[in-house]
Amino acid sequence: MSEQVDYSRRRLLTAATALTGAVGAVLVATPFLASWKPSARAKAMGAPVEIDVSKLEVGAMLKVEWRGKPVWILRRTPAMLKQLAVAEPFLADPHSDGSIQPAYAKNDARSLKPEYLVMLGVCTHLGCSPLSKFEVADVTVSADWPGGFYCPCHGSKYDLSGRVFKGAPAPSNMTVPPYTFLTDGKILVGADSAAAA
Amino acid sequence: MMRIKNLAMLVVAAGLLLPLAGIAHEGEAFPHAGNDPYSQASLQRGARNFMNYCSGCHSAKFVRYNRVAKDLGIPDSELRANLMFTSDKPADTIQSAMPAADAIKWFGVAPPDLSLIARSRGTDHVYAFLMGFYKDPSRPTGVNNTVLAGTAMPHVLADLQGVQTAIFKSTEAAGAPEFEKFELPVPGTLSPEQYAEFVRDTVNFLEYMAEPIQTTRRDLGVWVVLFLLIFTGFAYLLYKEFWRDVR
Amino acid sequence: MASENSGTPQGSGLWAWINARLPLDKMLKEHVTEYYAPKNFNLWYVFGALSLVVLVNQLVTGIFLTMSYKPSAAEAFASVEYIMRDVDWGWLIRYMHSTGASAFFIVVYLHMFRALMYGSYRAPRELLWIFGMLIYLALMAEAFMGYLLPWGNMSYWGAQVIVSLFGTIPVIGDSLAEWIKGDYYISDITLNRFFALHVIAIPLILLFLVVSHILALHEVGSNNPDGIEIKKHKDAKGIPLDGVKFHPYYTVKDTFALGVFLIVFCSILFFAPTFGGMFLEAPNFDQANPMQTPPHIAPVWYFTPFYAMLRAVPSFLGTQVWGVLVMFGAIALLFFMPWLDRSPVRSVRYKGPITKIALGIFAVSFVVLGYCGMKPPQGIFPLLARIFTGLYFAFFLLMPWYSRLDRTKPVPDRVTYDAH
Repeated sequence: MSEQVDYSRRRLLTAATALTGAVGAVLVATPFLASWKPSARAKAMGAPVEIDVSKLEVGAMLKVEWRGKPVWILRRTPAMLKQLAVAEPFLADPHSDGSIQPAYAKNDARSLKPEYLVMLGVCTHLGCSPLSKFEVADVTVSADWPGGFYCPCHGSKYDLSGRVFKGAPAPSNMTVPPYTFLTDGKILVGADSAAAA
Repeated sequence: MMRIKNLAMLVVAAGLLLPLAGIAHEGEAFPHAGNDPYSQASLQRGARNFMNYCSGCHSAKFVRYNRVAKDLGIPDSELRANLMFTSDKPADTIQSAMPAADAIKWFGVAPPDLSLIARSRGTDHVYAFLMGFYKDPSRPTGVNNTVLAGTAMPHVLADLQGVQTAIFKSTEAAGAPEFEKFELPVPGTLSPEQYAEFVRDTVNFLEYMAEPIQTTRRDLGVWVVLFLLIFTGFAYLLYKEFWRDVR
Repeated sequence: MASENSGTPQGSGLWAWINARLPLDKMLKEHVTEYYAPKNFNLWYVFGALSLVVLVNQLVTGIFLTMSYKPSAAEAFASVEYIMRDVDWGWLIRYMHSTGASAFFIVVYLHMFRALMYGSYRAPRELLWIFGMLIYLALMAEAFMGYLLPWGNMSYWGAQVIVSLFGTIPVIGDSLAEWIKGDYYISDITLNRFFALHVIAIPLILLFLVVSHILALHEVGSNNPDGIEIKKHKDAKGIPLDGVKFHPYYTVKDTFALGVFLIVFCSILFFAPTFGGMFLEAPNFDQANPMQTPPHIAPVWYFTPFYAMLRAVPSFLGTQVWGVLVMFGAIALLFFMPWLDRSPVRSVRYKGPITKIALGIFAVSFVVLGYCGMKPPQGIFPLLARIFTGLYFAFFLLMPWYSRLDRTKPVPDRVTYDAH
């Protein structure tokens, strides 16, 4: 070993090879991680669903499945809509500031058209599906009940817009998914407009 | 000296082990389909041909409409209006309009799914098949095929191509007579050149459906190999640098 | 460097803490940084490391494929197409696995041929060789069962033919074949159990064998192209004079080899993943159809030499078990290499002309048989297959005589090495 070893060259080449190798490893890992994203089939199954609400009676609620979750469509009566104001003083987040909904549903009725409430029927506490308690003063909930939804798992209460009451374990109002009216009687759940479907 | 010999032996060994590609695949010789998977215009025409002439009977059950639209640059409105005949959901796969049970009643067999036909048979084979229908009154469909004798498939493109007759060499020997050439006494609405182009576009689309990522794969491969060349270059210099120690 | 104190944890910090409890440092030194390998390794010596890389590739891609694959006759074929189309990057993962299968056999065949050339199977490396052969057997079982999983028509009929081989064994054959299939034909049940064996049982065995192979190698030390022991000449510290540390010298060399290998591997993967129908066969793009055999059945290329031997032997005495015996015999003979070779020298470099020619004939036989196995058994191919089956067997069976009789050249005391 008569020749002098050029350590700086050695370090440089080691770094260059190691760095290129590391970049390569990251580039190889990316497709593997990406393969866990929802596949084309999952996306096809989770595609927006069209729901015919033309035959939905006033005061009745329709449940449909979208992406494995219940979507509720409640056609509210004028009396029900009036109850929203009654419930308001007792709500934790009456203006939905800390809740998830599209901008067009960030209002008291939490909907595009006040008559139709479109909402994921999932309690924001631990994911149970709340029960419908539309009757005012339903004694199974409480004597001063203004009407709404009641989660049987841990007792979270929501009003007829899915807004959570104070003192409930649930942290926020129930989620409103993106949706749009294709026609007066047809709702597309899962997309903000027909073009996005 | 020794190293060169070893290298040579290695090359010979690799040369003996690796090469036989193509050999396993030779089989019957067909003229080349000559389709270009990189031509979006051809693929779009092929998609139109497929949806209009094939998908009535044949499904492509692994292929989704919206994937085709995205890969081939077809706008959503165009897709819905002109290409989707069996579904109204763009994310659906391509199903045939004909129930399989009816197909068996009418043709004796269910028309095969065409998702992978270009890979299982080869594009040249499919091209030759679509070019190979000829008049044969002895068949229930009135036509036969030089590639797939006795095919149950009617000549659905007869309006376009016209009806060919096949000329066979007169052979003394027993067995199937040898095919010589086609003649076209009844021309169709397309000229023979236009018809060949029509079939070529269709085959192109079938090849696309058989492996939708084919062009992506090749394009990406160039970058991967370039990257590896850089890596290997560094690794080679590093190897040479360290081995200067070894006397 | 605290090399004299290997085994004794030095200093403080996490590394020392761990090493006081788990001999990581000691193992690293023993197997990597202070494993002394002969300095005269040539290109043939990269295939061991490369097969390890391919093994890792197969394990990782295999695990990801099982996340989307469905091992049932009704769903398997569609699930593979689901991977190829609907799963993001699924096509890449699948091609990595399918190309990797063929790459595995390419590097393993070259690795084995290296051992044959330089006598790496000779004492004291018999057990090392046997572990290697067991790896090869496990690999063939792994490949065979994996080939059924896509549930293509070639998968189906290939499995049909190979399982039928067991049926040729007199008396017990039929019940044995039924037992393997778990049914009267290759069915959903067979697919399900082949899946279990392919994804867990055989990989576990393979890993165990690979670890044993490497431990056995590091116990006896590597052979080299001169076929002499570097341990004969050591310096005052007991380090072989003709040895170099595995790391960094062979790690950098193997990294370079890996780069070259990956260029070839990726070129096939991205530009010709079916490799003209050799790595992925055209009939396998049709779903398994018990009613219709593909027009020409051939196993994947890495099995074709043995398949050719199987077909080369005619049935007589009312049974076709002879072909099966010949086929398995061809593999079994390799196990006996350490005892068949009676030459006083190890490496082909110092062996005489007869041995060199014999080795050449063996290599040519293997390739010609591989070619015959791909072709339909017509024309010249059955004759070729018979001739070369004979030559293949002659290479092994006559070895005890010709290896002893053959001339040898004097073996050097120290390894032959030209500095770079």
